[in-house]
Amino acid sequence: MQQIVNGISLGSIYALIALGYTMVYGIIKLINFAHGDIYMIGAYIGYAAITFAHLGFFPAMVISMIACGLLGVITEKVAYKPLRNASRIAVLITAIGVSLLMEYVMMFFVSPDVRSYPAVLNNKVFHIGNVIVNTQQIYIIVTAIVLMVVLQFIVHKTKVGKAMRAVSIDKDAAELMGIKVDQTISYTFAIGSAMAGAAGVLVGLYYNSIDPLMGIMPGLKAFVAAVFGGIGIIPGAMLGGLSIGVIETMVSGYGSSLFKDAVVFAILILILILKPAGILGKNTREKV
Amino acid sequence: MPLLSVEKLTKSFGGLTAVSNVNMEIQEGELVGLIGPNGAGKTTLFNLLTGVYEPTKGTVTLDIKGHSREIQGRKPYNITKEGVARTFQNIRLFKDLTVLDNVRIAMHQNIRYQMFEAFFHTFGYHKEEKRLIEEAESLLEIFNLTHKKMELAKNLPYGEQRHLEIARALATKPSLLLLDEPAAGMNPNETAELTDTIAWLREKFNLSILLIEHDMSLVMKVCERIYVLDYGMMIANGTPEEIRSNKRVIEAYLGEDVNNA
Amino acid sequence: MKKMLSKNTFITLICLGVSFGLIQLLISQNIINAYYQVTLALICINIIMAVGLNLVTGFTGQFSLGHAGFMSIGAYTCAIVTTSMPTTTGFLLGTFAGAIMAAIFGILIGIPTLRLRGDYLAIATLGMAEIIRIIFLNMKITGGAAGLNGIPKFTNWPWLWFFTAGTILLVNNFIHSSHGRACISIREDEIAAESMGINTTKYKVMAFAIGAFFAGIGGALYASTFFILKPNMFGFLKSIDILVIVVLGGMGSITGSVIAAILLAVLTTYLQAFTALRMIIYAALLVVVMIFRPQGLMASKELDFTKFFRIKTKDGEKVE
Repeated sequence: MQQIVNGISLGSIYALIALGYTMVYGIIKLINFAHGDIYMIGAYIGYAAITFAHLGFFPAMVISMIACGLLGVITEKVAYKPLRNASRIAVLITAIGVSLLMEYVMMFFVSPDVRSYPAVLNNKVFHIGNVIVNTQQIYIIVTAIVLMVVLQFIVHKTKVGKAMRAVSIDKDAAELMGIKVDQTISYTFAIGSAMAGAAGVLVGLYYNSIDPLMGIMPGLKAFVAAVFGGIGIIPGAMLGGLSIGVIETMVSGYGSSLFKDAVVFAILILILILKPAGILGKNTREKV
Repeated sequence: MPLLSVEKLTKSFGGLTAVSNVNMEIQEGELVGLIGPNGAGKTTLFNLLTGVYEPTKGTVTLDIKGHSREIQGRKPYNITKEGVARTFQNIRLFKDLTVLDNVRIAMHQNIRYQMFEAFFHTFGYHKEEKRLIEEAESLLEIFNLTHKKMELAKNLPYGEQRHLEIARALATKPSLLLLDEPAAGMNPNETAELTDTIAWLREKFNLSILLIEHDMSLVMKVCERIYVLDYGMMIANGTPEEIRSNKRVIEAYLGEDVNNA
Repeated sequence: MKKMLSKNTFITLICLGVSFGLIQLLISQNIINAYYQVTLALICINIIMAVGLNLVTGFTGQFSLGHAGFMSIGAYTCAIVTTSMPTTTGFLLGTFAGAIMAAIFGILIGIPTLRLRGDYLAIATLGMAEIIRIIFLNMKITGGAAGLNGIPKFTNWPWLWFFTAGTILLVNNFIHSSHGRACISIREDEIAAESMGINTTKYKVMAFAIGAFFAGIGGALYASTFFILKPNMFGFLKSIDILVIVVLGGMGSITGSVIAAILLAVLTTYLQAFTALRMIIYAALLVVVMIFRPQGLMASKELDFTKFFRIKTKDGEKVE
C-alpha cells in the first residue's frame, strides 16, 4: 500500500511528462526527444524562481510553466517546422540534436553539478493507517490532477482543443477546413511543454536534487508511459504514467531496485509486441 | 480440378462484411474478369486470394499440375511461391529503384545462390546474376522497357509504370496472374494495346488470368468468363454475352450502360 | 562479366589498399602519433558500426536505436575471451565470438521486435539495448558497474584496416546481391515486397543479425583498443552517435557512412580543446545539418570511384 502511494506520486510526474509526448506525437507523429529536457529546464527555472526571487511553490510553478511553454514553441518553430515534410528519421535525429543541445547548453551555464532543491513546502507527514503520506506527495498528486482536468477541458471543450483533435486525425483535411495548422501545432507544443515545466518543479521538490541530465531517464520512461497507454491518446498517457510509476516503485520496493529500469523497458517491449497501439488504442491497418 | 477454387470465402471488418460467401472457379488457361460497382469488394477479394488479408471464413484451393493445396490465410510471399502473382490498383512499384531492380527483386524467390555467396560474390553468384539480368531483360522487352532498365521506376510515365507492374508480377513465374485494374488511367489506344498484350501473355506464359477492370471494352473483349461482385456477394457469373443481358447485373450498375461497351 | 571481380569491387580494393599503405607510412614516420592513433581506431570502429547499422536502417528501412547493445555484447565477449587467452589467436577468436554472440542476440531480439514498424521499432530496440546494459551492470562476469579492466590490447592499424575493409567489402557485396535487393525492397514497399515473394520477416531479421554481427566486431575492437569496459559506455547516447553517422552520411550510402565517420572523428578531435563547448557545437551542427540537408551528405548515392578514376564504363556494365 505504501508503495502504491509512492508509485502514484512518481507516476503523476511521469503522466505529466507523458502528456507532452503523446500530444506532440498525436499531432505531428514525432517522438520529441527534447521533451525530457524541457522538463529539466522547467526544474531549473523553478529552482531559480524559488532561490533568487524568493517565490513560493505556486508562483514558481506558474513561471516555469509559462517559460517552458514558450521554449516548446520556439523549439518547434526553429527546429521542427522546417522539417515538416522531411523523412521521419531526419526529424527524429533533429529532436535528438535539440535534446543534446539543451542538455549541454544548460551544463555550460549552470555547471553539470547536482544542486539541491530549496524546500518551499513545510513538510508534514501524515499517517493514514499504515501508510505514510507527506505534503510533497499531496502537492504532486493534487497538482497533477488539476492540470489533467484543465487539459481535458482544453482538449474537449475549447476551439483550440477541437482544432488539435482535427489536426491529429488529418492535417490536410483540417487545413482545408480553415484550421490554422501551424498555430495549432504551436499550441500543442506550448501546452505539452508547460505540463513538463510543472513536472520539473514537482520532481525537484520530490527528489530534492536536480542536474542537467536529469531529463533523460524520466523522459524515456514517460515516453514508455505514453506508448503503454496508447500513444496520441491523452487519457492513455495518464493511465500509462500512473502504471509505470506504480510498477517502478513496486519493483524497487519488493524486488531489486537495480532492475527497475529493465522491468520498465521489458514492459514496454511486451506491450509493443502484444498490443502495439497501447492499452487504450485501436489497431489500424494499412490500406492496400 | 480447376486451377483455383474459392469456396464460401468471407471477410468481415468489424461489423462490415466486405466479401461474403464468395464461390469462384478458374480453369487452367482461362482468362476471367471480375467486375462490380465501386466498393463491391473486388480488391478485398484480391487481397484475400494473395494473403494480404486473412479470410474470416472459407477456403481457397490452388491446383497446379495435379498438386492441390489450400492457401487461405497463408502469408503473401508463400502464396506467391505457390504460383499466384498480382499487380496493385494503386501501383506499388519500388519507386526509388531502377526498372531492372524492380524485376530482379521479384525473381528473388527462385534465386540459385546462398547468402554466403552473396557476401563473397563467388563464381556461382556472377553466373546467376548474369542469368537474372538476361531473364529480366527478356521480360522488359515484352513491354518495350529494356532501354529504360536503368531508370528509376518513379520516373516512368504512368502507363509504363502499369506495364512494369505486370512485368514484375511475371518475374515471379506465376501460374495464376491477378491484375487489379491494369488499364486504369490509360487512354483508349493504350487500353487496346494492353488488351492485346494480356491475351498474348496468356498464350506465351501459359497463364490463367483473373482481372478486375472498369473498362468494359477490355473486359468484354478479352475475358472468356466474367464474375460480378456487388456488396460483397457474387451476383452473376457467365460469358460476356450472358453478363450483358443479366438483369441483376444491370440493376447493380443502375445508370451505367453496360450494353454500350 | 565473367570475371570474378567486377570493376567496382576492383577499384574499391585499390582504394582500400592505398589507404592502408598511406596510413601505415604515416604511422611509421610518426606523423600519426599515439594520440591520433586512438582517433584512427575510433574512426575504424565507427565505420564498422555505422556500415552495419546502415544495412539495417538505411537499406532495409528498419529504425534501430539500440545498436550500442550489440556493440556491448561483442565488447564483453571479446574482453572475456582475450583476458583468459591473451594471444593474437585469442583476440581473433574473441572478436569472432563477440560478433557471433551479437548476431545470435540480433536474431533473438529481431524476431519479436521486427514485427513493429517505424517509431515503435525504434523505441523497442532502444528498450532492448537498455535492458542489455542493465543486465551487464548486474552480472558478475562483466564486473558490474565497475566493468572490466586491463583487457589486453591487440588492435593495431593492420588489424583495424583488415576488419574495416572487410566490413565495407562484405556489406557492399551483400547489398549488390539478390538477398540485398530483397532487403532494399522492404524499405521501398513492404506490402509489394511480400507480394513479390519476399519473406519480409526473414530478411528483416537477416539484416538485423548482419548489422549486429558487425556491431559485435566493432565492440570487440573497442574493448581491445581501450583496455577498459563499463556498461555505461554503451548507453543510449552511443546508439545515437552511430545513428547520427548513418543519417549524416546519408541513409543507404556506404561511402556516406565512411565519410561521416571520418568527418565527425576529425571534428571531435579538433574540438577536444574546448571541452565545454564541444557537445554544444556537435548538437547544434546536428540540428543545422538536418534542417538544411535532411537527406544527409551523400543522400542515398555512393561516391563513384569509377568516375574518380575516369574509367569508362559501358552502359551494360553499370548494371552491377
